[in-house]
Amino acid sequence: MLYFSKLKIYSVIIFTLLLSYSTASNFFKFDDNFFNRNINLGLDLQGGSYLLLEIDNKPVVTQQLQNKLIQLKKYFKEKKIILKNIVLQDNEKIYFTVARDQIDETKSILDNEDSEINPYFQQFKSHQFNTENFENEFILSFSKYGLIQLKNSSQDQALEIVRRRVDEVGTNEPNILKQGNNRILVELPGLNDPGRIKSLLGKTANLTFRFITQNEEESFGTEKLLFEDGTEEAIVSKRIILSGDNLIDAQPKMDNQINETVVHFNLDRVGAKKFAKATTTGVGKRLAIILDGKIISDPRISEPIIGGSGQITGNFTFQSATDLALLLRSGALPAPLNIVEERTVGPDLGQDSINAGILSLIIGFVLVVVFMTYKYKVFGLIANITLIFNLFLLVGILTLFEATLTLPGIAGIILTVGMAVDANVLIFERVKEEIQSEKNPIIAFDSGYTKSKTAILDANITTLIAAIILFVMGSGPVKGFSVTLGVGIITTLFSVYFIARLLTALYVTKNKFKENLI
Amino acid sequence: MIKKIIPFNNLYKTCNLASIILIIISLLLLLIKGLNYGVDFKGGTLIEIRTNDKNISISDLRKSFNKMNLGDVTVKHFGSENDFIVKFEKRNSNKSNFIEEIKNKLTNYIGDNYDFRRVENIGPKVSSELLKSGVIAIGLSLAAMLIYIWIRFEWQFSLGAIIAIFHDVIITLGIFSLFSFEINLSIVAAVLTIIGYSMNDTVVIFDRVRENLKKYLDIEIFELTNISINETLSRTIITSITTLIALLSIYFFGGQILKGFSLAMILGVIFGTYSSIYIANPILVLLNVSQKTILKEDKN
Repeated sequence: MLYFSKLKIYSVIIFTLLLSYSTASNFFKFDDNFFNRNINLGLDLQGGSYLLLEIDNKPVVTQQLQNKLIQLKKYFKEKKIILKNIVLQDNEKIYFTVARDQIDETKSILDNEDSEINPYFQQFKSHQFNTENFENEFILSFSKYGLIQLKNSSQDQALEIVRRRVDEVGTNEPNILKQGNNRILVELPGLNDPGRIKSLLGKTANLTFRFITQNEEESFGTEKLLFEDGTEEAIVSKRIILSGDNLIDAQPKMDNQINETVVHFNLDRVGAKKFAKATTTGVGKRLAIILDGKIISDPRISEPIIGGSGQITGNFTFQSATDLALLLRSGALPAPLNIVEERTVGPDLGQDSINAGILSLIIGFVLVVVFMTYKYKVFGLIANITLIFNLFLLVGILTLFEATLTLPGIAGIILTVGMAVDANVLIFERVKEEIQSEKNPIIAFDSGYTKSKTAILDANITTLIAAIILFVMGSGPVKGFSVTLGVGIITTLFSVYFIARLLTALYVTKNKFKENLI
Repeated sequence: MIKKIIPFNNLYKTCNLASIILIIISLLLLLIKGLNYGVDFKGGTLIEIRTNDKNISISDLRKSFNKMNLGDVTVKHFGSENDFIVKFEKRNSNKSNFIEEIKNKLTNYIGDNYDFRRVENIGPKVSSELLKSGVIAIGLSLAAMLIYIWIRFEWQFSLGAIIAIFHDVIITLGIFSLFSFEINLSIVAAVLTIIGYSMNDTVVIFDRVRENLKKYLDIEIFELTNISINETLSRTIITSITTLIALLSIYFFGGQILKGFSLAMILGVIFGTYSSIYIANPILVLLNVSQKTILKEDKN
């Protein structure tokens, strides 16, 4: 075990130096691209906000079923089947009946593997909708895969919109990720007060322009909606003249004529045409501008608006007009988002944590080094040198992978300092035992290394198992702990079996005639 | 140089009895008193406040928060004189300016000489998921350890190691229950590390037991465990000392946030060291492990 080939010696040295260099890149600036990397600091160390958003998919399900209902009617009509009594039940099922002689045909259209109206079978071996059928009655509801598809697509859309909104606010390197199939994780480093982002993400921003009507018998149906300030109500047609989708730009603007901040918008070609038509026929009517089910304002149309642009008034402050413009530019969310988890750390607490972490690392390290030197003299020094390189290797690997260092992660490094000497201790104690029966120190050291190997491996693998499970199951800062603990075990084994063994070999072969070597 | 052999095995019975009593007390505490879950696992809001005004007392803060109609509010000192932790169960996910409102109200009551250093606001669904995944993580790692040791050793060793781990985890949690220390995500990390450490310690002694079973063919397991414990004793002590040095350094200098974590680890290391001597080994004796047990293994 004490023999090293030249090649091995050089590879150990080169490997160690490379990682030490990588460690150093955290503290000095290098021109080299490969080594110009840094460990990322977790939000708990650099300060910032962590928001977990959950998509409320219920409205999406309802919306999709409403669309499907219309599609079904049309599709079956083309096949000469009339769907009767078709209705949406509990916002989660579509119910209809067919003529008794068309039951089989209806069934086969819905259950066919290549069904156009009930797709997905070729892909998932399951249709988009489950069909239940009693005599001539049919009930359609989303299948498991239908729901998964729906959730995935609304998550994709929401992610895009969230990204646009966060980018518009212009925070420093935000991190926006999917979690599961109905959540979105937003990490905002350095953001001390997430209030504004939270209020921006809390709005669906579904904008529609619809006429206010007096008579409730309108063909599209009507609904009563509240004004933004919650005081008044108005009856609004369900016919949508224009929606937020048609907007290509929105900006806050000071209108000097009315001395008020307004949101100025531009429409795309289709939108401009629709708007021009509606405002031409609707001169004199009141046009309600509705955001997320509340009326912002209801200006009277005094003349046709044909230029494809307009403005929204509504008692805005400059800030609220800016935010509304931002929301309109970034588009509507497919579904409302709820903030289900929020963690915010101020920058000074983060700095305090870094200081405390480094202080306890230094104190722990110094005490362990003193203790080992006292206990093992020369071999204590070898263990200590190994420990120093172990730390370089550990930080070097974390840097190369640009891992995220958290406060528990620092605790993991300190714990590694405490536990890393274990392997060397196991070996030294074993050598002490061997040297009692074996006079040749080289043979004694050799068998000390060999015989302690299984215990060291078993002991470290068990800790590694715990670290891996924590990495898989854990979240946030705790994950950082599992990373440093796990990588620490690997660097410990490397440094003990290569660096410490190399140093021991050099020392023992030079001093093989010395009494009481260890 | 002949080392004096310490008769650890004389105390097997006494210590086992003591451990059984401790485990029963811990289980009773866990069942009756339960654990003091933090916002991670219970849901709710946590705010860490630092005041810059010495005149603001803890009762001022308590009064102010009680006026805000937030349900059950607890206010505690957190480390230094002017750091406080405020916790309440209420959270409002629909209102995005919930925290801002609290801040405004608080400024009305005590002025603006304070800072929110940390805010955690966790919904009931997320907290129950976190709790569930914490329990699953602990269960999984116990199972993984059991299987690993089973593969490397015989089932008797595996059983002994697992019972030792249960002993450490249950007593550590019992102490947390007794003193109402808070259980949060970092405690789960600590428990998992305790499992790893306790296993580590046990494995080193077991490895020696197995080696000695092959070496001394005529010594009974009762004596053999004692020889093995003695042979590995200085390693056991040195490693416990260096690990405890590191943990005590985190406990005293690593800041308030790591206090609970390092305390759990310190308890775990102490009980883990004790249990690898006084729980794991007596179980080998109890299960009548002998030279035959490992001979089977060698034939394979």
